[in-house]
Amino acid sequence: MMSKIVRTQANFLYTFILIFGFYIVAHGHLTPGGGFQGGAVIATGIALVVVAHKFDEIKRRIKKTYLTTAESIGLLSFIITALSGMSVSFFYNWLANSGLLFGKPVPYGINPGYLNTAGTLPIMNLAVGIEVLGGLGVIVLYMLHFVKGGERDAA
Amino acid sequence: MRNALLAISLLAVFAFFLYVAVNPGDFGGNTGDHLIFGEPRYSDMDDYFIHNGQNQTGANNIVTSIVFDYRGFDTLGEASVLFTAVLGVGVALRLLRRDKNDE
Repeated sequence: MMSKIVRTQANFLYTFILIFGFYIVAHGHLTPGGGFQGGAVIATGIALVVVAHKFDEIKRRIKKTYLTTAESIGLLSFIITALSGMSVSFFYNWLANSGLLFGKPVPYGINPGYLNTAGTLPIMNLAVGIEVLGGLGVIVLYMLHFVKGGERDAA
Repeated sequence: MRNALLAISLLAVFAFFLYVAVNPGDFGGNTGDHLIFGEPRYSDMDDYFIHNGQNQTGANNIVTSIVFDYRGFDTLGEASVLFTAVLGVGVALRLLRRDKNDE
């Protein structure tokens, strides 16, 4: 457990790191970044909480079950999104330029960047982001449990 | 014996790369022009992605359109690798902790 200053700052920054990470994930088809990078940023927020707080507080705040579930759901929805274009081919982008969700056509060249474009790419970005945040968060928690494992039985 | 073989094969690979770097032939080329080390060849693939990526995938970010659409299989592999890595870390640390508790 760190000092009160570090704990307060960690509590303050945690929210903003999560928001920034989800921003990177959601704008993966418009700006640099994407699922992997945004998920890594969110996992950084989890690592910050793990570094700053004491063991019981971490256990209360971050449930490992949720993270493992997020990882599995992310990978599954990624594969399902890839399979959904199976009428043409695996990983076929059937939502692009279709007028449905994320289906707005994008003007060629420089444009302001519309969120409602790119078809299946934002869905896949979200899936991969959820998977990466779950995976890296679980790795951080595993290491914490390994360090603390001798003292008490960690879930 | 095995180390000697390893050293010889490493030296051979190193010599090959040195030869390619110093004496640019037509490795990777299809037009017969000389490939200069550090100056990549003009590529049809790049131009195709840059000119058609926005229309075909609707994404402004060409990198994302390549990673998640044109080269989707590669990303599926990456995601599976991450999943397997987490699995491996979990198994390894659990085994280590059991060893520590048995003492």
